[in-house]
Amino acid sequence: MEPLTWSGSFGAFLNPLMLAAIVAFVILFLTNVVMTFAGMRSGDFEVNADGTLVYQRTPMDMVLTGMKYAVLLFVLCCIGYIIAGLTLPTIEQKGILGAMAQRLLPVWIALVVTFALSITFKRKLGLYGKLFDSPIGMAGFGLVMFWIFAAIFSGVFPLVPTHGAIDLISQMRNELPGTPLPNPDEGEYPYYLLGGDNLGRDVFSRVFFGAADVLKITPVATLFAFMVGITLGLPAGYFGGKLDTILTFIANLALAFPVILLFFLLVTPEIVAAGVPQYMSMILFLFPILFFVVLFNSRFHTDPTRRNILVGAAIAIGGVLYLSLISNPSDPDLPLLFRLWPEPFDIFDIAGNLLIVFVSVVFVNSPTVFRIVRGITLDVKTRDYVAAAQTRGEGPWYIMLWEILPNARGPLIVDFCLRIGYTTILLGTLGFFGLGVSPESPDWGSTINEGRRLLTIYPHPALPPALALMSLVLGLNLLADGLREESLKD
Amino acid sequence: MGAFILRRTGVMILTALCLTFVVFFLTNLFPNLEKLAKTQGNARMTDEEVVSWLDRNGYGGPLIVRYGEWLGLVPGWTREDEATGEITGRCIDFGMDPADAPTRCGLLQGDLGFSTVSDDEVGNIIGGRLLLTLKLMGWAFGVMVPAALLVGVLAGMREGSRLDRSLSTFSIASTATPEYVSGVIFIVLLASSTAGLSPLLAEWGWIEGRTLFLGSARSAMEDGITFWNFALPVTTIALYGMGYIARMTRASMAEVMTAQYIRTARLKGVSFRNIVLKHALRNALIAPFTVIMLQFPWLLTGVVIVETLFNYNGFGWTMVQAASNNDIELLLACSIVAVFVVLVTQLISDIGYVFLNPRIRIA
Repeated sequence: MEPLTWSGSFGAFLNPLMLAAIVAFVILFLTNVVMTFAGMRSGDFEVNADGTLVYQRTPMDMVLTGMKYAVLLFVLCCIGYIIAGLTLPTIEQKGILGAMAQRLLPVWIALVVTFALSITFKRKLGLYGKLFDSPIGMAGFGLVMFWIFAAIFSGVFPLVPTHGAIDLISQMRNELPGTPLPNPDEGEYPYYLLGGDNLGRDVFSRVFFGAADVLKITPVATLFAFMVGITLGLPAGYFGGKLDTILTFIANLALAFPVILLFFLLVTPEIVAAGVPQYMSMILFLFPILFFVVLFNSRFHTDPTRRNILVGAAIAIGGVLYLSLISNPSDPDLPLLFRLWPEPFDIFDIAGNLLIVFVSVVFVNSPTVFRIVRGITLDVKTRDYVAAAQTRGEGPWYIMLWEILPNARGPLIVDFCLRIGYTTILLGTLGFFGLGVSPESPDWGSTINEGRRLLTIYPHPALPPALALMSLVLGLNLLADGLREESLKD
Repeated sequence: MGAFILRRTGVMILTALCLTFVVFFLTNLFPNLEKLAKTQGNARMTDEEVVSWLDRNGYGGPLIVRYGEWLGLVPGWTREDEATGEITGRCIDFGMDPADAPTRCGLLQGDLGFSTVSDDEVGNIIGGRLLLTLKLMGWAFGVMVPAALLVGVLAGMREGSRLDRSLSTFSIASTATPEYVSGVIFIVLLASSTAGLSPLLAEWGWIEGRTLFLGSARSAMEDGITFWNFALPVTTIALYGMGYIARMTRASMAEVMTAQYIRTARLKGVSFRNIVLKHALRNALIAPFTVIMLQFPWLLTGVVIVETLFNYNGFGWTMVQAASNNDIELLLACSIVAVFVVLVTQLISDIGYVFLNPRIRIA
């Protein structure tokens, strides 16, 4: 079989159009820059004698309009590729782009549904709905949702990937994008859409399995970092004094520790054998339980039955999860402390490396969250409603968790988005140094690391995960920007 | 001011002690020492032999005493071999008369120890590597800071304008592109002989070599720095840090432009160019100064990534090698340098902020 072309049979029509859009945009952009330096400005409204307004068009306006249409044409071409990919009957006609668009069909449907619903009901959806008023926020949200849906349709329902994450076909080693399989079985996808990597695995499928891997770890790790940071930052800001001095000193210590050195130290096999990451996880994962217990206790301590139920549930559920998480009785290499929890109650085990990655990412992020929460608390605790609560005789933890924290949510939500992006970058850094989840893991950092050895000869295995990581982080940053802008408008 | 600097320096020394102790503790955990004994001595040692080897080579005492020895506060260990009467010790180099050896040798005496993997004094290795990294960081900073300030000031001087929107999007995109992504993209686009622009340009005869830039900075170490071999690593580092500084500068500039005195100047009829250059710029650059100084620790991670990606054997590369080869003394020295860089830049940023901002006075 012939290798696939990039754009299939409709490319003859769409490719020149797209090229024209790009060329037009670049030319017009350069003209715009030159005109700006030459001192030309956009036109202005002028009031006529009879009270009507006239807009004076200048060449500058025409250039800007041209740029707008070039961008529009480009977007239309992109949609054209997707539609052509969905409608044309055979893979050969679809080409690589069209075939990819067709594999991503569930993602497109989910995206369209999400956007349609959100935009219809945006006035009833609070801050989330306001996001759809800002083009930047919408673009960011679209990118993030694309990767979330792609992760769901790869990790949970494997509809997008064409091959398994670790299925290898040795003849397909380093083959270029669109290469057909040597002798495909019945029902097997007959092409490697984005080529094969240095072991002969499908790059396209691995990028999407990688998305599932990355999006499984980073939001959870960020959430844990936030719980640690909030549980420590609130009292530090609220009580001040010695407690604040000590906690701030510890946070500064952790911040002054070079991230990369910490990673290398924590991941070294000898240090893992000594159980250092396990002890750290023992401390770090205690905070979420602490957080929920204090949260419920401070709110419902006047209603003992309800308090007892909620606190009891938090301790029971949290406790079992906590003990199953930190201990692994079947692993004889661990120190005795982590093998005490009986095997039948050990609901799940986290593979050694995953726990280490998780712990290091939480450890690196929580001091920054601590500082942010502490700063906001210092600001919010001078407000009148805090004074009112104090006069009512509310306890300090009630004030911190039910008065200050809800009022600090705006900046925290924005920072949460940014921090997921940063965590994704950190996770990629770990993978890049070969310290990632596992050697075969399709996560983006590890894939880039594998691809970079032959980068100048075979660029295709390393480029897709790199672009994927970039677009996800970019989406998160844009989303955070849009949220910040919209929440400031209130 | 004097008391402030003194207090800050005190906190800094305390932080440095804590951090180095943490690194010392982590690198001197028993499994690490066991591996060291087995690589230095014999791979098939029994557990007792490992303990006795460690004891013989000064790894036996309590951790805090060994930390003191490494710092140079506690006299180095000495040990007399019962059979031969030969005296060995931490401070006694091979072939040195024990009577001449100093009693203390550690960080404070400028003795960083001996790298077991490279078979050389740590001080010699670190010095040369640091110089290489300093060149890389210097160039990166030289590109990054002016570009970031320019982008930030241009974006912030007319908040909400089209220029602001495009430059802000550019800054966001640059903060979303970590070094290992931009490095890969740059290499593919500009330094690959089969993909990107280079084959095209070579075909047209616009470039002499096979690639536009070199995808490895190895030649920059020996033959000196040229645009051809150093442009990509420098751009890669500069790009990631740039967006953040630019956004901070933009926020600061936008805030200054809404200040009352700017409005007064505008109402007096001062031209926009003069308002930006003479009235706004200096005040707008106070906040980014702190951010720029605090970028150094970030740059450190970037340097490690870029040196690995572009095969440049500087400090970051040394750190990676030391960590993966269990080279304890070298790793400790690297961490000292890293911690020192972080803390000194924090101190400079604090002091500089007080100096630059006349509104802050510390008694």
